[in-house]
Amino acid sequence: MSNLRKRPEISYFRFARDRFKSSMAEVYGITMFGMRFFRYVFVPPYEFAEVRKHLDNLGSKSIPLLTVVGLIMGLILALQSRPTLDRFGAGAFLPAMIALTIVRELGPVITALIVAGRVSSGIGAEVGSMKVTEQIDALEVSAVDPYNFLVVTRVLACMIIMPLLTAYVDFLAIFGGFVSEWVSANSSFQLYFTEVIQSLTFYDILPGVGKTIAFGYIIGVIGAYQGFHTSRGTEGVGRAATSAVVLASLNIIFLDMVIIQLTLILFGPGV
Amino acid sequence: MTQSNSVLIDVEQVWKSFGDLDVLKGISLRVHDGSSDVILGRSGIGKSVLLKSIVGLLIPERGHIDVMGHSVIGMKTRELNRLRKNIGYVFQYAALYDSLTVRENLEFPLRKHTDASESDITDRVLEQLRLVGLTDAIDKMPSELSGGMKKRIGLARAIIKRPKIVLYDEPTAGLDPITAREISELILSLEEQFGITSITVTHDLECARIIANQIYILDDGVFQHSGTYDELKASSDPYTRAFFQVAT
Ligand SMILES: Nc1ncnc2c1ncn2[C@@H]1O[C@H](COP(=O)(O)OP(=O)(O)O)[C@@H](O)[C@H]1O
Ligand SMILES: [Mg+2]
Repeated sequence: MSNLRKRPEISYFRFARDRFKSSMAEVYGITMFGMRFFRYVFVPPYEFAEVRKHLDNLGSKSIPLLTVVGLIMGLILALQSRPTLDRFGAGAFLPAMIALTIVRELGPVITALIVAGRVSSGIGAEVGSMKVTEQIDALEVSAVDPYNFLVVTRVLACMIIMPLLTAYVDFLAIFGGFVSEWVSANSSFQLYFTEVIQSLTFYDILPGVGKTIAFGYIIGVIGAYQGFHTSRGTEGVGRAATSAVVLASLNIIFLDMVIIQLTLILFGPGV
Repeated sequence: MTQSNSVLIDVEQVWKSFGDLDVLKGISLRVHDGSSDVILGRSGIGKSVLLKSIVGLLIPERGHIDVMGHSVIGMKTRELNRLRKNIGYVFQYAALYDSLTVRENLEFPLRKHTDASESDITDRVLEQLRLVGLTDAIDKMPSELSGGMKKRIGLARAIIKRPKIVLYDEPTAGLDPITAREISELILSLEEQFGITSITVTHDLECARIIANQIYILDDGVFQHSGTYDELKASSDPYTRAFFQVAT
């Protein structure tokens, strides 16, 4: 400690270096942990019953919140965009704009962030409490691979459910946009949806829904990693849950950026 | 109890540390077929670490561990799993799967590793519950059970596949003296009934008195003393005496 007072620059440097090292170790750890998924997922034993259970659980956990958010997101988007578009005389493009914004970007990302908040933390806490109460050890001594049984099933469930939830949110948000249009401009249902459908191409929907599978992977892997590496004691469980949300959200945003760039390169700007 | 001379568990010069903390420092232990050995020691001294090393949950840095003639350290997962089918493990806080009912907890080991029929599985589960006196709890969730009930179910789950060896991690910790004694006696009766060889880790002298053939006192990473309950009770060694005085 006296060292720290005398030569602060060295200690700060050391602190930063140690922090950097431990972050790198964590990144490496998560990457290896996540890679293991691909080695396990195609190899028996397949735990279909577990995956189904998690799907039920994930759906019922996130659907109420997603319903509200989806509707309101569409409503707000329409309300906010209407005056701007009108100013440029482009009011007629509103349905198309909403559809594209939602399907390409807002739907997938908002869904992923909300599911990360609900599910990543849930997985972190669930697996974390299994870790600290030795349930993971118990699985292992009864000759069940805990990674296969706990992690692969959860990650798989997240990857399956994310596209479905996103499609659901997309639909609700576009519908929310219509509600706003209908209330303010009394626009017709038929017209609105014809515009929406005409504006969307395969290349809007595919990357939009496709990337949610990757988001699901992130949500599952990061939640499970945090849980699996919960240090002993119950306060560790809370920490696992919180850091799962933070890390998963950051990674989703980051990955989204990368995917957008890739999509632009591969499919062009569209529209 | 048949006491043959064959060694079922052989721990030799095992070292295990976590970072700078040396927990086991060249510990050795031999458990003979049919014997029930007890390890006494303070909290945090490395009792659980030793048990976990024996089933391959932790990997020591140095030494040898042989279980039923197979070397555990460095064993492939598949072989380890085959070996683990002969070992039951009772965890300190029971470690029941909290998302499963009592019935499902007991079925779990059977479903995973035997091709027993549904009716066989049900029969076996009921039999186990009768053995530990908890048939009423069959459809309860672990969170609805008291500490003593959890331990009983943990016990039932550990022996449902009739393992040759059972490792008990503090089977009576956190229980009132009466329940603790009931559990100790239950362990004894199950071991005699099924010819189980066991290691029990505890700091409960009463439990040691009831079930131990041989008692080992763990301190500072090795066994400092060993003997039968009566031998140790009469020991003049200060640490052993301290241990026995606290309890009586
Ligand atoms: N997985 C682990 N990581 C780091 N330290 C551990 C781990 N397991 C046990 N320890 C440490 O080893 C020591 C012995 O622990 P343990 O065997 O659980 O004690 P007890 O004798 O009470 O069962 C303790 O200081 C504990 O903190
Ligand atoms: Mg312990």
